[in-house]
Amino acid sequence: MISATHYLTLAAILFAIGTVGVITRRNVITMFMCVELMLNAVNLTFITFSRFLDQIDGQIFVLFVMTVAAAEAAVGLALIVVLSRHTGTLDVDQANTMKW
Amino acid sequence: MTLIVFYGLAATAVTAAILVVLMSRVVYSALALIVCFGATAGLFFQLGAQFIAAVQVIVYAGAIMVLFLFVIMLLDPASEVFLPSRLKRVPGFALACAVLFTLVLLEAADRWAAAQVFTDSIAGTERSSGPGGEIETLAHSLFRDYLLPFEVTSILILVAVLGAVVLTRQHHETE
Repeated sequence: MISATHYLTLAAILFAIGTVGVITRRNVITMFMCVELMLNAVNLTFITFSRFLDQIDGQIFVLFVMTVAAAEAAVGLALIVVLSRHTGTLDVDQANTMKW
Repeated sequence: MTLIVFYGLAATAVTAAILVVLMSRVVYSALALIVCFGATAGLFFQLGAQFIAAVQVIVYAGAIMVLFLFVIMLLDPASEVFLPSRLKRVPGFALACAVLFTLVLLEAADRWAAAQVFTDSIAGTERSSGPGGEIETLAHSLFRDYLLPFEVTSILILVAVLGAVVLTRQHHETE
């Protein structure tokens, strides 16, 4: 018998791994993929609560999260292409023009 | 049986997620991320969200990751090694992880205390009834209760597509 805690713990682990990726990696594409990983973990939490509270709203939220993630991926990857075109690198430490 | 499937999918997802972080080449990270999304889709299916599982495979593992791979192939990013020493830059990270897992454990303790709310197992309840089942319920909720957010989402996607096109457009005939 699988309880909700199993799924929630798994989602927490995935979210933590994604956070580690965003913090440690400096390649902007990899960081972006780690953000997607974190969104995925949150989706798992939504579905888990939708299941165990017996309400459909969690699945609706997951649909919206996926849509926003798709829009975010389109705009974010366009920004990455522009960044690479302007600076010639994908290292976020090099993109420090607006840094105080 | 369901427990074995759960642990298999969970192990696959966690391993693939760790590989996403550890792989030095970005293409391998992207491929590992596809595996992770696939395993999560299996978990969604196990949780009774068949439509979400299908959308996960089609949109996430399909469309979004193809976009990622196209950009990776377009830009050809250099490989980069994982440096654990960067974790020392952020002392709050350990705190954040601790808080997250404490919340999960608190939830577990709370669940054991009041076991009535969450008691149904995966195979226990069968919510879907009728030919459409789960998806019909989802569609009713989406197109009736959440119609306005749904329409706003379409505008969001339109804006995102326009933004992506405008951002990446090359200015050849300027000046």
